[in-house]
Amino acid sequence: MEATLRPKTVLRTYPHWFYIPAGIVFAIFFVVPTVLAFYFSLTRWTLFDATFIGLDNYERFFNDPQLTAGLRNTFIYAVLTSGLKVVIALPLAMLLTSSIRLKGLFRGIIFFPVLVSTVAVGITFGALMQPSIGLINTALGVFGIPRIDWLGDPDLALFSVALVDVWKGVGIAMVIFIAGILSIPLDYFDAARLEGETWIKFRYVILPLSRNATFTVILLSFISGLRTFDLIWTMTRGGPGFASDVLTSVIYKQYQAGFYGLSAAGNVVLFVLVTILVYPLMRFFQRVEIEL
Amino acid sequence: MNIRKLIASLWIDVVSLIVISIVFVVPFIFIFLTAAKPRTEAAMFEFTWPSQFQLLENIKEVVEFGDGRIFLAFANSIFITVASVTLIVLLAALVAFVLQRRRDRVASAVSSIMLAGLIIPPAVVPTIFVLQEIGLYRTLWGMIMVQVAYTMPFAILVFRTFMASIPGEIDEAAIIDGASPMQMFFYVILPLLRPAIITVIVVSSVGIYNDFTGPLYFLPGSQNVTVQVTLFSYISQFTSQWNLLFANVVLITIPPLIMFMFFQRQIVAGMTAGAIKG
Repeated sequence: MEATLRPKTVLRTYPHWFYIPAGIVFAIFFVVPTVLAFYFSLTRWTLFDATFIGLDNYERFFNDPQLTAGLRNTFIYAVLTSGLKVVIALPLAMLLTSSIRLKGLFRGIIFFPVLVSTVAVGITFGALMQPSIGLINTALGVFGIPRIDWLGDPDLALFSVALVDVWKGVGIAMVIFIAGILSIPLDYFDAARLEGETWIKFRYVILPLSRNATFTVILLSFISGLRTFDLIWTMTRGGPGFASDVLTSVIYKQYQAGFYGLSAAGNVVLFVLVTILVYPLMRFFQRVEIEL
Repeated sequence: MNIRKLIASLWIDVVSLIVISIVFVVPFIFIFLTAAKPRTEAAMFEFTWPSQFQLLENIKEVVEFGDGRIFLAFANSIFITVASVTLIVLLAALVAFVLQRRRDRVASAVSSIMLAGLIIPPAVVPTIFVLQEIGLYRTLWGMIMVQVAYTMPFAILVFRTFMASIPGEIDEAAIIDGASPMQMFFYVILPLLRPAIITVIVVSSVGIYNDFTGPLYFLPGSQNVTVQVTLFSYISQFTSQWNLLFANVVLITIPPLIMFMFFQRQIVAGMTAGAIKG
């Protein structure tokens, strides 16, 4: 197109001001608050006036066991959910791209929880995971497995919520893997079919060639894992104690308690955590990406 | 095919059916059954058919609770969703149009900002401060603008990917016919973006309708309740009235269910957009 039309015409056809309406909204409601968070995190802040107190909020943050637990839990939660989603969704995607019947129905059923409200999912699993009469323990009891206090045991609560997160989100991971597997040229499978086995197909064709999909799934679920709030807040509110607190629930609790400066500091910590973890990961994935 | 082969090929189907049903269908049946039970029976959390099927009565009770607060919540949620999604489609399409067609330094800067918007967690309390300063705190329009800012990067990504499949010759023809940029955008590009627009509408409306964190921070108070916040507050208000709580779950799951039945393909396309480079 540049060859037939003069550059000036192109400039006039695609004016820069088309960026402006979106830019203004994004700047006011996203960029400005993000930048302000850095400033307010250095203050004692009541929303009306802010007193500069230097790094006190951060000092408090890193010395408070509840807040450092939140930081650690955020990381565990993100690693656990993104890992499990890959491990579960890849075999599922393989199964649902094979010659199995009812493929479409299965895909739909597994995907549907993605669209259900997180609060509703939290309430439902809160009931299912109820320790004495909940359906999950009743079912496990049939096999002689003793009752598990899914959400009440401090060592377990975070993992239980993470499992529910995987249940709700595995559908996205699955459709990404399905798209990835379907984009593998058939010749690769033909070559593998000569050798027969499903395992060979998985190990030497699907696993290496759906690498891009794997990276996407890890990246997406890692980001959403670091930012998670709704599910934890609905199911445990960070409890018992602060056993399942994550950064976002800490931020909300500090906000509720009126420690706005501390809450902003929590936001900055989350911002830094996301940036130092996600960007290098993305860079790495881009470097080892494969072309089909 | 002989019988043995048929059985061999069937067993994996049957096992999958059983496992997937237990893991993914049973929770939904549980929601439905509990929502249809009398109060004491629902609190037993059993996976049984209600002794007395009263789903409609329970829903009626939820609807009447708190002077029909749920109507206000639905009205607010729908207004926020429709207004946000309209703005998102319009503003994001404008950006994506220029972004994909111009490969200059500004475009790459805009792309990086978009990427940052997809990754960086929003700073909530400072956002409250900004909303307060401009008089939009606790207002539906404040919530709408925030949703627009948070969801636009995703919409731009979807539109930009789709723009690449609209050939530049079409623009050229419009230019030769003397179309202004605005005319070209509204009469040529926007109609061609239709499939991508449907995807963006469906995915972002489900996301905004289901959003809980946003209204929790930016719309406190009983005037501006949304469906998710109402549901959350019923957890403590309906203690031991599990039938009503689950009736509310059924009620607010209907809109996404309808979306899912009609637009499953577009939703999946949207969620994998930009994920797979094809």
